[in-house]
Amino acid sequence: MLDLHGYGPRLLEGAGVTLQLALLSLLLAVVLGLITASAKMSRSWLAHRIATLYTTVIRGVPDLVLMMLLFFGGQIGVNMITDWLYYQFDIDIFININEFVAGVVTIGLIFGAYMGETFRGAFMAVDHGQIEAGKAYGMSNSLVFRRIRFPQMMRHALPGLSNNWMVLLKTTALVSVIGLSDMVRVASEASKATREPFTFMIVVALIYLLIASVSEWIFVRLQKRYDIGYGEAD
Amino acid sequence: MKKVLTLSLLGLAIAASSAQARDYEEVRIGVDVPYEPMEYRTPDGELTGFDIDLGNALCEEIGVSCEWIVQGWDGIIPGLLSRKYDAIMSSMTINDDRREQVLFSDPYITPPSAWFAPEGVEFDVVNAETLTDMTIGVQRGTLQDNYVTDMYGDVADINRYATADDMVLDMESQRLDILFLDFPVGKSTLLDSEEGNYIVVGDMLTEPKEYFGDGFGIAFRQRDEALAEQFNEALETLRDNGTYDEIYARYFETE
Amino acid sequence: MESLLTWLETQLADNSIFTLQTLSHYGEGLTTTVQLVFLSLIIGLIAAVPLAIGRGSRHAWIKWPIFAYTYVFRGTPLLIQLYLIYYGVVFVDGIQETWLWVILEDPFVPALIAFTLNTAAYTTEIFRGAIKSTSKGEIEAARAYGMSPGLTMRRIIIPSAFRRALPAYGNEVIFMLHASAIASVVTIMDLTGAARFVYARYYAPFEAFLFVAAIYLCLTFAILYFFRHLEKKLLAHLQPQTG
Repeated sequence: MLDLHGYGPRLLEGAGVTLQLALLSLLLAVVLGLITASAKMSRSWLAHRIATLYTTVIRGVPDLVLMMLLFFGGQIGVNMITDWLYYQFDIDIFININEFVAGVVTIGLIFGAYMGETFRGAFMAVDHGQIEAGKAYGMSNSLVFRRIRFPQMMRHALPGLSNNWMVLLKTTALVSVIGLSDMVRVASEASKATREPFTFMIVVALIYLLIASVSEWIFVRLQKRYDIGYGEAD
Repeated sequence: MKKVLTLSLLGLAIAASSAQARDYEEVRIGVDVPYEPMEYRTPDGELTGFDIDLGNALCEEIGVSCEWIVQGWDGIIPGLLSRKYDAIMSSMTINDDRREQVLFSDPYITPPSAWFAPEGVEFDVVNAETLTDMTIGVQRGTLQDNYVTDMYGDVADINRYATADDMVLDMESQRLDILFLDFPVGKSTLLDSEEGNYIVVGDMLTEPKEYFGDGFGIAFRQRDEALAEQFNEALETLRDNGTYDEIYARYFETE
Repeated sequence: MESLLTWLETQLADNSIFTLQTLSHYGEGLTTTVQLVFLSLIIGLIAAVPLAIGRGSRHAWIKWPIFAYTYVFRGTPLLIQLYLIYYGVVFVDGIQETWLWVILEDPFVPALIAFTLNTAAYTTEIFRGAIKSTSKGEIEAARAYGMSPGLTMRRIIIPSAFRRALPAYGNEVIFMLHASAIASVVTIMDLTGAARFVYARYYAPFEAFLFVAAIYLCLTFAILYFFRHLEKKLLAHLQPQTG
C-alpha cells in the first residue's frame, strides 16, 4: 500500500517537532497577546504607542522575511555582543540561536500581534457593569479577573483564538526553509531522495488536516463550555 | 530587577568562560550535506565523504576527538562565529570575502569548477553567446553563484538553490539547461548517476582567483590561530605519510 | 535617465551592499512579486464567485466537492501545495515532450497555479459567508418584485455580498502578499528571493532583510489604504449619518 521507503519514523519525529513548535509558539503568542492588549488599553501613552508599532510592523511584513531576519540576523547580532565581551573582558560565552528557538520566537512574535487584537476585542466586550458589580460585592481585583472577566472574555476570544491557531499551525511549515527538521523538511528531503514527491507531500498534508480537524473539535467543545448560559440570550 | 538580570548574566558568562578551556579536547566541525562526494550521508544516515574522512584523520593526528554538526550553507559562517562549532570543513573555497569573516587553514584540495549539461547539448564552448537565454543552475551564495551572476547575469537566467540536491533534481526534470558546480560534486551526482546522461561542457575553471580563490580550506574563528596551526601541521604530516593519498583515492579516481 | 543613473551611482558610491546591481535585483523582485500576487488574486477572485454560489447549492454533487476543495486548501500550508505542484508536475510521464512543459518549465507558472488555487479557496469561503448573511428581507423583496432566483442572485445578493466581503477580502490580499514570499523557495527571484541573494553574497542579514521588510511594509500600507478608500465609497450607506 503506502510505501514510505523507511522514512516513516523520521516523518513521525518531524510531526512531533511541528506540534511542539506550534504549541510553544502559541504559548508565547498568548502571553505577548495579553501584554499587547493590556498595553493598548492602558492609559500610558508610551505603552499604547509601542504596542501599536509592534502590531503594525509585524502584520506588515511576511512571516518568512521576519524569520530569516531573526535567524540569520539575530545570530550575527548576538555574535557581535559576545565578541565584544570576549575582546573587552576576555569573557567567552556561547549563545547559539538554533532553528527551533528562532522558529518559536518568530512565530510567537507574529501571532502575538494578532492575539493582541483578539484579546483587546474580547476584553472590551465584557460589560463594565459586571466588573463594578463584582467589586461592589467586595471581590478583589484578581478574583474579579478570575471569576468574571476571564470566563466571559474567553467566550469572546475563542473564535479569534481558534482562527489564529489554525493559521499558526500552517505557518510552522516555513521553519523547514531555515533548516529545522519539521515534517515538511523531512518530507521534502525524502521526496528528493526517492523521487516520489506526491507520496510524502500528501502524507504531510493529511497530517496537517488531521491536526486541524482535531483542534477544531476541541475548540467547538471549549466554545460550548464558555457559552453556557448564553444560548438563548444571543 | 535589571540589576539581578545583569548580575546573573555576568555569572553565566564567567561560568561559561571557566568551563571552556582554550586548548581544545574536542573539536566540533560544521558541515553542509549533501555535497557528494565531499560530504554526504549513506542511506542509513551515516556521514561520509572526502571532507569527513580527512577531517577525522586530522583530528586523530592532532589527538582530539571530532564531532560533526550538520548546518545549512546559508548559516554556516554565522554558526562558526557563534561557537555552535569550532571549525567548518565543508568544501569551502578560500577567498578574500570570507577571509574577512574567518581564518582559513592551508588549502587541502583544489578542485576546479565545471559546467555540466545533458548529452547532446548544442555547444562546446561556454561564453556569453552560447549561454544567451539559457537557464543556469547554481547553489546560492557559492563562488559559482558570484561568478555566473557577474559574468552572465545579463544574458542568461540564473536559478539559485539552497542545496545541490534541489539543483540536480531540477536538472533531471529539464528545468535547467546547464549547471555550474565544483567538478567533483558534478561528477559524482551527474556524470556517475544512473539518471540521465550528462557531460562536462567547455573548460574547467580555476581562474580568475578573485572568484575561484585558492582551493578549499578549513575555516576557524579569527582568534583560534593555534587551532588552525595544529590542523596545518597535521595536514602536512598526512600528506607526507600517505594517509592523504589513500583517502583521496577512496573518493576520486586516480590514474 | 542617464543623469539619474549617474546621480544614483554617486549616491551609492560609499557602500558595498546597495550597489546598482543589487538594487536592480530588488527592483526586478518587486516586479515579480507584484505580478505574481496580482495575477493570482485576479484569477482566484474570478473563480471564487461561481464556487461560492455552488458551495451553497442544494445539489450534493456540486456542494461537497467544492467544500472538500476549500477544506483541503485552507487546511494545509501553502508551502506544501507549492511543493506538490512544482515537483509533482515533473513526475507526470513524458510531460517534458508536450507543449505544457514550455509553460510549466518556468517556476513562475507552478507558483502562480499554487497561489491561485490557494487564494480561490479562501475567497470562496469569504464570499460564501457574505452571501449567507444576506438579509432575508432583501431576498423576499426581490421575490415580491417578481425577480427570478437567477436575477435575485445577480442583482441583489451578489452586489450586497461583495460589499460585505470587502474588509475580509482586503485581509486576504495582504495575506497573499505575505504568503508570496515563499516563491523564493522554488528559485523565483521575488522580493524575498532578492533579499536572500544579497544576504548570501554579502553576509549582511540586517541590510538585506530590513530593506525588503520596509518594502513589504509599504506595499501593505498601500493595500490597506486602497481598501479603506474602497470601503468608504462602497459602504457609505451603512455608516451612521452625521451632521
